Amino acid sequence: MEVVGKSVIRKEAFDKVTGRARYTHDYQTSGMLSAKMVISPYGHAKIVSIDTSKARQVPGVRAIIAGKRYPLTGEAIRDRPPIAVDKVRYHGEPVALVVADTPGQAKTAADLIHVQYEPLPVVNSPTQAFRRDAPLVHERLGEYKKEEDSHPVPGTNIATHIKIRKGNMEKGWSESEVVVEASFSFAPSDHAAMETRCSTAEILPDGQIIIMTSSQAPFMAKRLIADYFGEDMGKIIVHTPFVGGAYGGKASVQLEVLAYIASKEVGGKPVKLLNTREEDILTSPCHIGLDATVKLGADRNGKLKAAEIQYLWDGGAYSDKAIDVTRSGAVDCTGPYKLENVWCDSYCMYTNHPYAAPFRGFSHSELSFAIERTMDILAGKLNMDPLELRHINAIQPGDTTPTRVLLNRSNIGDLRKCIEKLRELFNWNEGPVKEINERYVRVKGISCSWKTSTIDPDAPSGVILTFNRDGSINLMSGVIEIGTGTKTVLAQILAERLKMDVDKIHVRMEVDTQTTPEHWKTVASRGTYMGGRAVLEAAEDVIRQLTEIAACVLRAPIQDLEVGGSRVYLRDDPAIGLHFKDIGYGYQYPNGNAIGGQIIGKGNIVLRHLSHLDPETGAGKPGPEWTPAAYGVEIEFDRRDYTYRLVKACTVVDIGKVMNEKAALGQVMGAMSMGLAFAGRETFYFDELGRVLNPQLRTYRPLRYGENPEFLVGFVETPALDSAYGARGVGEHGLMGMPGALGNALSLAAGVSFHHLPLIPELVWKAKEAARNASI
Amino acid sequence: MSLHTFPLNVNGDKRMVTARFADTLLFVLRGRLGLTGAKPGCLNGDCGACSVNVDGWPMKSCLMLAVEAIGKEVTTIEGLKDTPIQKAFVENFAFQCGYCTPGFIMNCHALIKQHPDAGDDTIKEWLESNICRCTGYAEIEKAVKSVLEKK
Ligand code: FES
Ligand code: FES
Repeated sequence: MEVVGKSVIRKEAFDKVTGRARYTHDYQTSGMLSAKMVISPYGHAKIVSIDTSKARQVPGVRAIIAGKRYPLTGEAIRDRPPIAVDKVRYHGEPVALVVADTPGQAKTAADLIHVQYEPLPVVNSPTQAFRRDAPLVHERLGEYKKEEDSHPVPGTNIATHIKIRKGNMEKGWSESEVVVEASFSFAPSDHAAMETRCSTAEILPDGQIIIMTSSQAPFMAKRLIADYFGEDMGKIIVHTPFVGGAYGGKASVQLEVLAYIASKEVGGKPVKLLNTREEDILTSPCHIGLDATVKLGADRNGKLKAAEIQYLWDGGAYSDKAIDVTRSGAVDCTGPYKLENVWCDSYCMYTNHPYAAPFRGFSHSELSFAIERTMDILAGKLNMDPLELRHINAIQPGDTTPTRVLLNRSNIGDLRKCIEKLRELFNWNEGPVKEINERYVRVKGISCSWKTSTIDPDAPSGVILTFNRDGSINLMSGVIEIGTGTKTVLAQILAERLKMDVDKIHVRMEVDTQTTPEHWKTVASRGTYMGGRAVLEAAEDVIRQLTEIAACVLRAPIQDLEVGGSRVYLRDDPAIGLHFKDIGYGYQYPNGNAIGGQIIGKGNIVLRHLSHLDPETGAGKPGPEWTPAAYGVEIEFDRRDYTYRLVKACTVVDIGKVMNEKAALGQVMGAMSMGLAFAGRETFYFDELGRVLNPQLRTYRPLRYGENPEFLVGFVETPALDSAYGARGVGEHGLMGMPGALGNALSLAAGVSFHHLPLIPELVWKAKEAARNASI
Repeated sequence: MSLHTFPLNVNGDKRMVTARFADTLLFVLRGRLGLTGAKPGCLNGDCGACSVNVDGWPMKSCLMLAVEAIGKEVTTIEGLKDTPIQKAFVENFAFQCGYCTPGFIMNCHALIKQHPDAGDDTIKEWLESNICRCTGYAEIEKAVKSVLEKK
């Protein structure tokens, strides 16, 4: 291959190193007003009164919105008032919105709004939410409008319940000679994209609604605003320029709604709403938390026989995307292992925590921690090498998934190959423990994962190609450039198919929902898989048009023509041909006659054969293919103060086909870094009032330069036959195994079994103290 | 608060700006001079996305008032043209979303000037003040070292 697989420099590279790349907040028109939120200081409280009288006197204030009932919002269940009324359900929830001429005035006025609250009992964990006597987060759960496949249970805090019932549990347990059971938990945390979320809205006199937003889902924003507020969908135009990091957090639609409301309240004038870092952490949706219980049974040889799993997801105050996360967690609940007998209950729980957005991995990094820790516990009990245990149970073609999809050579990658490659790359055979001296020890932990993408069965992706007069091509796709480099990969796919120079392909980076064909959402590592298919179809379309014109001009049958090097030429005599610049806009004969016209190609796809899950058994096809991966983390543990240093992190992933090597490496390494931060240090600390105590980058600390380990990345290439050049998703996979591998390494190093995240030295110390006290 | 007009030296140009004394350099660069390369990430000194150079040293422009920059040389990412560090960022894929990139480049640029012989410890000391959430820093390390080595 000429272009695919090469580290083609990213199309937007020069914009990004010169400060020219513009993000939503970089666009500011004169006359644009500023909105500022007033947010709840409590996790759960009744709103007694809101006094806005002082705020209204601040010069420049155009509108104050508080206590007003708008249609309820929320993707799977309409449970969320855009601005709280009656009560607040999480710390950070918007309670009022001020619109003023400048950000300063809006802030001054917002600070003068006085809200009186009456605290209510707080639901501070999904386990607490699950108890029968728990306070209710939503008293009127039964009355909400909802999607058909959301299953809320009125009178409880259950927003949905997904069941997996596969095989025969009795048989599974009777065949199990070794059984282990363990529980795990961690609180919600944050995506912490460097660009805080920002949306602007303007409503034109003719009713057009113009929105600009830092989003992974502008097409969803358009659809939802139309749906929520009864607007004409065609009148809503959503623009998305570059997005400064997203990781799932910008797939939720929230600020767009508030900006729209704000603009509406000031007669349609343009309004901007920009999150502060604190608001971005508290108010906008976060990374989901989880309480899990996993029970695994195996025979004496380590063959898994049965799994019984309960996931209580911390959906937070509103269900929104957490319903889908809960479903996705059920779909791949066992991890990448062959299991005939599976019983899983995956519940989305309402709590008084910030509500959840998707997070890179969409439930898989979270559930992998629970599964992979349990696998290590099982290996210990079997007295078996943990990597060997995974190897013998690795899921393969011919096996079925928890939702009973039959796997074949295309729809599942090769986990055993990943494991073998990890064994080498991570030097597993030297053993997991290396003594340095009395004080330090180096310890390795491993894990595995898999993932399919549970996306809407009718999710579309489209591409349009247009020709320029110089023969170069413009590529337009609804994929958002959130940092993954997908749009460059799409250009590579096109260049490969047309056998042309990738520099002659121009990619439009900005997306707007009026002129860019829809790509459902830039999530779930689907950009290359779906966008790539659409590009190939569009390429066929332009090849057909180019060769038709060339056949006519060259007086040759279409079958004799080849396309390559920006030319259409005779296969047996390449010297005879026409350059794209002569036919891309049709052809003009010397006498002035013209044929053709600008060539415009199109391609669009929906995924094939996806289905909803059976509500009783979970049977159904949730996604097109599974990417498996194997991981290792090596730490240097200090026995004196229980701190540890990240030495190495390794991921081997079956990516199907490496499309752009450096971009793929970057995705995997960045994901590992994020996974290690999630596992090792990031969490929301809640107090008894449900308040998040650390909503700043000073107290909520992602990894910094030099804290990262050495990264080892390996690729296996088992093509997914129906994707462009065989590529599988890769954007999320480096992350998913990190919590499990780090947890396994630290458990071995400290000699205690860890069941909570983040894995901070204090947790080690507490566990060691508890073990010591127990032995006294 | 009232507005004042004062001169700022930005990217080699003398520019008159009208702003409040309380306005930060970041706010003035972006809002008054249209230089949106420096980004807000926290407005609290924690992330480095707003980094610029002031008299050749890296400065978080959210932590400095615009009036404090009077009489000083301010360089923003827009003021760099074809520098080795920009090229190194491109070649090494040292960015993904690009939001942290102007800040990182300005920090690296100053580092290379001030410490052309910087070793691992100095590099870490300088660069740990910026956050990149997308990369795992390996590419940024490669980029900055590739320029230092050439010196
Ligand atoms: S915005 Fe200045 S350090 Fe974060
Ligand atoms: S490239 Fe996205 S934060 Fe650094």
